[in-house]
Amino acid sequence: MSLEEPKPTDVGETPDGNVDYAELEALLGDAVIGREEHVNAPAFVVRPDEVQQALGALREEAGFDYCSCVTAQEYEDRYESIYHLKKYDDPTQEVGVVVPTTRDEPVSQSGEAVYRTADWHEREAYDLVGIEYADHPDLRRILLPETWQGHPLGKDYNPEKPQVVPFREHANPLEPDQRGEGSESDTMFINIGPHHPATHGVLHVETVLDGEQIADVEPDIGYLHRCEEQMCQQSTYRHQIMPYPDRWDYVSAGILNEWAYARAAEDMADIEVPEYAQVIRTMSAELCRIASHMLALGTFALDVFGDFTAVFQYAFRDREVVQDILEDLTGQRLMFNYLRLGGVAWDIPEPREEFFEKVRDFLDGLPKKTQEYHNLITSNEIFQLRCVNTGELPPEVAKQYGATGPVARGSGVDIDLRRDDPYGYYEELDWDVITEDGCDNYSRVLVRMREVEESAKIIEQCVDLLEEWPEEERTIQANVPRTLKPDPDTEIYRGVEAAKGELGIYMRSDGTDKPARFKIRSPCFCNLHTLREMTEGEYIPDLIASLGSLDIVLGEVDR
Amino acid sequence: MSSEQEIHDTVSTQEARMGDGVDNRFNSKLREAFGSSPFILTKFDKFMNWVRGSSMFMLQFGIACCSIEMIHTYAIKHDLDRFGAGVPRASPRQADVIIVPGTIVSKFAPRMKRVYDQMPEPKFVVGMGSCTISGGPFQEGYNVIKGAEEVIPVDIHVPGCPPRPEALIYGIAKLQERVANGETSPVTVKPYELEQFGDLERDELVQHLADEIDEDDLVMRYNWANSP
Ligand code: SF4
Repeated sequence: MSLEEPKPTDVGETPDGNVDYAELEALLGDAVIGREEHVNAPAFVVRPDEVQQALGALREEAGFDYCSCVTAQEYEDRYESIYHLKKYDDPTQEVGVVVPTTRDEPVSQSGEAVYRTADWHEREAYDLVGIEYADHPDLRRILLPETWQGHPLGKDYNPEKPQVVPFREHANPLEPDQRGEGSESDTMFINIGPHHPATHGVLHVETVLDGEQIADVEPDIGYLHRCEEQMCQQSTYRHQIMPYPDRWDYVSAGILNEWAYARAAEDMADIEVPEYAQVIRTMSAELCRIASHMLALGTFALDVFGDFTAVFQYAFRDREVVQDILEDLTGQRLMFNYLRLGGVAWDIPEPREEFFEKVRDFLDGLPKKTQEYHNLITSNEIFQLRCVNTGELPPEVAKQYGATGPVARGSGVDIDLRRDDPYGYYEELDWDVITEDGCDNYSRVLVRMREVEESAKIIEQCVDLLEEWPEEERTIQANVPRTLKPDPDTEIYRGVEAAKGELGIYMRSDGTDKPARFKIRSPCFCNLHTLREMTEGEYIPDLIASLGSLDIVLGEVDR
Repeated sequence: MSSEQEIHDTVSTQEARMGDGVDNRFNSKLREAFGSSPFILTKFDKFMNWVRGSSMFMLQFGIACCSIEMIHTYAIKHDLDRFGAGVPRASPRQADVIIVPGTIVSKFAPRMKRVYDQMPEPKFVVGMGSCTISGGPFQEGYNVIKGAEEVIPVDIHVPGCPPRPEALIYGIAKLQERVANGETSPVTVKPYELEQFGDLERDELVQHLADEIDEDDLVMRYNWANSP
């Protein structure tokens, strides 16, 4: 695009990049029956039978092309689904669409026709809360077993009730081809997982093969659904929730996840975090990102090369170093529990010089190591054969599915909340957002490898800052009351850039010290949804490579 | 005595390894057991136990957060293989130890039971982390099994959330010790079993599900009310 031509603004967008909600309301017309103020952005209350029309208008005309999350909840008198919409170009432009339904007949129109990603989100809402979506293509349970009775996050769920869970083996894997009348070939059904070395955890992929080619895949999730949202809803804001985020994306991304909760809760309760603590947070979060990307790299090499040797072991060697540093800082190797609302748990360990030296040693060694990885992996011909042009995910499709993180950036979608919706200390530092245009497995791996280098840059700058920080100004925590009780009916949705993409938290307070609704928007959940688009028509080994390059963590997919 | 003197007085590594004479150069436990003749008399059972404990094949089985630390235990630095309990096997039919590293939820328990059933006897189970003891931090979850012992018998529990790799190694070493000594795991009562749907007691829930589940489908029935 030429520079002279100003970017055309969408309906409801002011020239300086803000949202004009009055104009949006006019755009939606009769569909709107009210307006709510959430802390992150205003939300329109929309009639349950006008959902598609409202979402369609917001998407097509107002440019909200990113449905980041669908939150469902039950009130005393109604059910409610909230669609949190954003723009890929500028994620600070947000709007919510609130769809209330009655308790007697909790049916609202599905948003799936507008945003593909709503498919899984609505299935989850149906599964856990019990809202039904009209016109949904495939409304069945997603996390809990099909035979489950009741909706556990609903108000009248009885957790004491017994449940029966079937274990079915597939009777006949061979089926006549269902696609064409005259076709002679049979298809074959294969279960991959839930116990399988290439599924990165307990994922079950139901695959239908036509010869060697994949005719259909369907990820079946929920084998690690350990009620994270319920756990957070029964814990107090101030102290009890913080350990749980560590266990969502447990591949050492702990501090990144903790930050998601910290950011949402701090914005909700209006807590100002001291600058010094922000620098420490930024540094430790990026260390986590390196550890997490290293694991992605190691396991991906394991998937593609199929052995437990060099690359895998090297990646784990480097992870050990990072984990050592993080252990010095936080006291734990994996479940850090280091952030606190309003700051961090404690300062850099004494002697500080020693800690900084350790970090610097690691950073100094990193370029050589990345070179080694490039020699071993990305410039390896076999690897390239396996990964270049396989598992393609065009940018438009990625956006439809709400993909974020390295998966989106590997498809050339330039989104990174650290830059676009800045928090922490990122704004003051000098670093770049990495994108690759290949849209294939190879690009996604490259993005991660290059992001490690960017993270190293960020850490280095943070260490410089911390070293120079005057001793009297080292405040690690703001003054936060012992029990936190945000005003009743405060609602917020906030995301941060975690290792896998946008990790968002929706919270609603009811005036007590525990959230009334706590919803986790997991990047892996949305990224995994793209699997079918990436693999249909490809071969089985490409499916394994694609799954590896998505870098999912089942703890976060299932929550 | 000066410290230098002390160093000279201690036995050098080489000497220690050589033992008393050339004949005894490897000085291994086995050698010692052999004595002067190349034969040993032992009970076959005892021999087998010793063999079993010294070469354990682990199942490559990841569930949740604990599996990350489990991979670290296998990988560089901690290198579990040093203790003869090394390279993980991808197939349960080749494995004799299963480490259960994580939270077990309702949908996964029947699958885990099946994987366990597919392992050849004798088989051993190491429960890793608080989740396999009681459900850990997710104990109150509506979907979480309160410990691996509800489904399969467990020989060794390694507590922690997650246990450090060192702790897991200790747990496995303890298991090796027990296996070598021929100790069997205590009999545990497993409340949850895979059974045919048709065999379940015909209560309200079973009646309700009768159209959805075939008589001979395998199912697991959870009684959350009397869970620990
Ligand atoms: S014990 Fe802790 S670390 Fe291990 S699986 Fe459970 S929650 Fe995760």
